[in-house]
Amino acid sequence: MPSEWIARHDQTVTLKGEWTLANYRYIKAALNHSETRTELGKPTGATVSLDAITRLDTAGAILIVELIGVEKAQAVADWAAKLPKEQQALLVRIAEAMEAPLDVDPPSYSRISQALASVGQHMAGLWSQQRQLLAFIGLVVATLFHLALRPRHWRLTATVAHIQQSGLNAVPIVALLTFMVGAVVAFLGATVLQDFGATIYTIDLVAFSFLREFGVLLAAILLAGRTASAFTAQIGAMKSNEEIDALQAQGLDPIELLVLPRVMAMLISLPMLAFVGMLSGLAGGAMVTSLSLDISLTQFMATLQKDVSVTHFLVGLSKAPVFAFVIAVIGCLEGFKVSGSAQSVGEHTTSSVVQSIFMVILIDAVAALFFMEMGW
Amino acid sequence: MINSDKPTEQNDLPVIKVRGLVNHFGAHVVHENLDLTLERGEILGVVGGSGTGKSVLLRSIVGLKRPNDGTVEVLGTTLNELNEAQRSQIERRFGVLFQRGALFSSLNLQENIALPLIEHARLPREDAEHLARVKLALVGLPPQAALQFPESLSGGMVKRAALARALALDPDILFLDEPTAGLDPIGAAAFDQLLVTLRDALGFSVFLVTHDLDTLYAACDRVAVLSQKRVLVVDTIDKVADTDDEWIQDYFHGPRGRAAQRAHTGSSNNANVQE
Repeated sequence: MPSEWIARHDQTVTLKGEWTLANYRYIKAALNHSETRTELGKPTGATVSLDAITRLDTAGAILIVELIGVEKAQAVADWAAKLPKEQQALLVRIAEAMEAPLDVDPPSYSRISQALASVGQHMAGLWSQQRQLLAFIGLVVATLFHLALRPRHWRLTATVAHIQQSGLNAVPIVALLTFMVGAVVAFLGATVLQDFGATIYTIDLVAFSFLREFGVLLAAILLAGRTASAFTAQIGAMKSNEEIDALQAQGLDPIELLVLPRVMAMLISLPMLAFVGMLSGLAGGAMVTSLSLDISLTQFMATLQKDVSVTHFLVGLSKAPVFAFVIAVIGCLEGFKVSGSAQSVGEHTTSSVVQSIFMVILIDAVAALFFMEMGW
Repeated sequence: MINSDKPTEQNDLPVIKVRGLVNHFGAHVVHENLDLTLERGEILGVVGGSGTGKSVLLRSIVGLKRPNDGTVEVLGTTLNELNEAQRSQIERRFGVLFQRGALFSSLNLQENIALPLIEHARLPREDAEHLARVKLALVGLPPQAALQFPESLSGGMVKRAALARALALDPDILFLDEPTAGLDPIGAAAFDQLLVTLRDALGFSVFLVTHDLDTLYAACDRVAVLSQKRVLVVDTIDKVADTDDEWIQDYFHGPRGRAAQRAHTGSSNNANVQE
């Protein structure tokens, strides 16, 4: 079996050439082809000569140790005296490292039990997630009441900073988005209502939908994507940097320092953004009606005042604090769930956005039913 | 050393040649006209007070920070003048151990170490993971650790695993940023010994940033002292320790320095007796 790396003459197997990582694959293939391995295993087996090896690195040394066995490799000085001292030392080190069995098999289960376990895990996870959320809400509310009468503990600077980040900085995107949706709703309304000769009701359509639903809903969904993820990532990074532990070890309350400023900031920002959303949605509608339906701005305003009562505005705005609280709490809670790894930060950020958007829409649907039944 | 015979390079050339390096962050000047040379096959310890720019120097050499002025020549080429592909060729001959390990947190240890083997050495996954397990054993980690994720490891284990990753490709130059910080003294001594054994066997050069006086005595061929924005002195440790400079005197002849020196001379005397 002549090869670039192994040669055999009578009772001597000569290893030669460059036993390095770059050649690892080829040497391994050559070894698998040859009968060297079995020959060496026999008590009367061949002797091995390492003298012709020109280069040796750890990968090559690992192959040699596997070939000749750990004990022989550890006694390399006795039978391969010509090998440079450094390489002997390397072989001995590698042999020491390979003395204990290296392979640990992960426990394996059948596919069916794996699938069942995964379903069970997900269900249990869902359940514990809801319980955690409720417990966390309770904790936040309790802390909130506890601190309400202690103004010294109000974190005004942090709260204002968060209002700027999650509220003020979100104004342009909220305004732009609701403006465009307002225009789209007006277009749709105009197209459908034209058949009935009732294009003037486009104004009512835009006003009702934006005051009651879209203004607050769109703002909430945007903040769920924009701010809940930011909260999760911020708190998650602090968690993996042990900053949360450091706070607790100093007797400081992370809920008070980290969660409450964020919750308060959202409670203040979202109603304002919802208001901005309503106004700019109406503006979008007004633009379309005035440009394509020949309804003047004055007429738009007059119809608005005549047909749309302030109740709709209040109904819409009343949902904003609820959404704000849910988004902020979910964002913070997911941040606290982060454990160490970068992957975990990603998973929990995704989860916080999905959960908060889901909760916002769910609550909105329930609220719509409630308000309808109440006749508000 | 047979391993250092690379036909493509002249052996007498230093592996790293830093000339006139300037680094500053805004108005804060870290390095000014810094010169440093790493010879082939040596272990160079780099010491200096906190904030003297040891880590910045390391980052400038491996190309993570572009120096504001001066040249950094690595293995005979200037990294900043190369294109991406050529750079990658050079960079895969580096092994870097970062201060906090910087293991990939979404991979388990064996995958962490197998990654460069799969990507650069183009080994099949099975072989790469086998080599990875041997390397983990080589740095003294138990076999069960191979399947664990970095977040569940102690600081010392992270350091060892990071060393195993730095050694994965049998690099020509090993950069170590405070490798023994956070290890217990026994683990640190084993680390020093492992480093010297591997260096002797594989013939790589080591750029070692450290505060650990024991490591300086036990492992380093030469020591460079960073101070006053440049390399104050580079020499063997005994000569550096005798340099007339306040910081150096405090560092090497303070209580810890004396203890490390005593331990070292003690152990080398023992070694002489045994021989």
